[in-house]
Amino acid sequence: MAVRVQAEPFDLNREVARLTSGRTDIGAIVTFTGTVRGSAGGRELSSMTLEHYPGMTEAELARVEAEANARWPLQATLIIHRVGDLVPGDGIVLVVTASAHRHAAFEAAEYLMDYLKTRAPFWKKETGLDGQGHWVDARETYDEALHRWETKR
Amino acid sequence: MIANAEPRTVTLVYFAWVRERIGRSREDVVLPAGVATVADLVLFLKSRGPEYEAAFARPEIVRAALDQVHAKPQTPLASAREIAFFPPVTGG
Repeated sequence: MAVRVQAEPFDLNREVARLTSGRTDIGAIVTFTGTVRGSAGGRELSSMTLEHYPGMTEAELARVEAEANARWPLQATLIIHRVGDLVPGDGIVLVVTASAHRHAAFEAAEYLMDYLKTRAPFWKKETGLDGQGHWVDARETYDEALHRWETKR
Repeated sequence: MIANAEPRTVTLVYFAWVRERIGRSREDVVLPAGVATVADLVLFLKSRGPEYEAAFARPEIVRAALDQVHAKPQTPLASAREIAFFPPVTGG
C-alpha cells in the first residue's frame, strides 16, 4: 500500500513495474489515470491548478486505501495524486490495484476513485485561454457513486 | 461546557475559494464562550466582516475539518486545535 502527493509527473509503466517486480502472486493489475481536459463547459483551458490540504490529504488517501484493502483481497495498491500547475493532457491521478483475480482489482480501483473524489481534500482551479480562473464545482453524482458502494453487500 | 469555560485559541486554515474570499490562508482566533460546534464557529466568523460574509454566504456548501478529519456542522469543536474550512473537494 502506498500513497503519494507530488508536483512531478508520474510514469505509469515504471510505477506498475516497481509495484509488481519479483512477485508471482498477482494475476490482475488494473490502472486508472485521470488527465486534464483541454476544455470545460465550452471554455478552452490553458492550465489547471491543484490545491490541497497537506497532511489531511495524505491521511484521507491512506484511509481510503486501507478500506479498499479491508474489503477486497488485494496484493498491492498505489495512489499518486499531483498538485500544482498542470496543462491539458497532463496526468492528475494514478490508481493501481493488483489482485490474484480481476474482479477485486477492477472493483477496488473504482472504489478508490469514487472515495478519493469525495473525501480527499484537493481543489481544481481552471484557467481559460483568456487568463480567467474558475474553481471547479463539485458534482452531486459523486455522492450517488458512494451510495452504490454503501448499498452493495 | 468545560471545553469552553476558558477562552481558547485555535488555528483556522482556509482553502480554495474560501481562502480567496477571506484573503488569508490561516489565522489564530480566540473562541468566544458559547461557540461549541462547527456551525457556531461559522456564525461567529460571519460576524467578523464582509470577507467572512462572502466566504460563508452559503454555509451549507462550505465543508469543515477538525484536526484534519472531516466534520459536520453539528460536530462539537471539543479540543480541536486546527479547524479547516473549504469548498466541496474536486480532486481526481
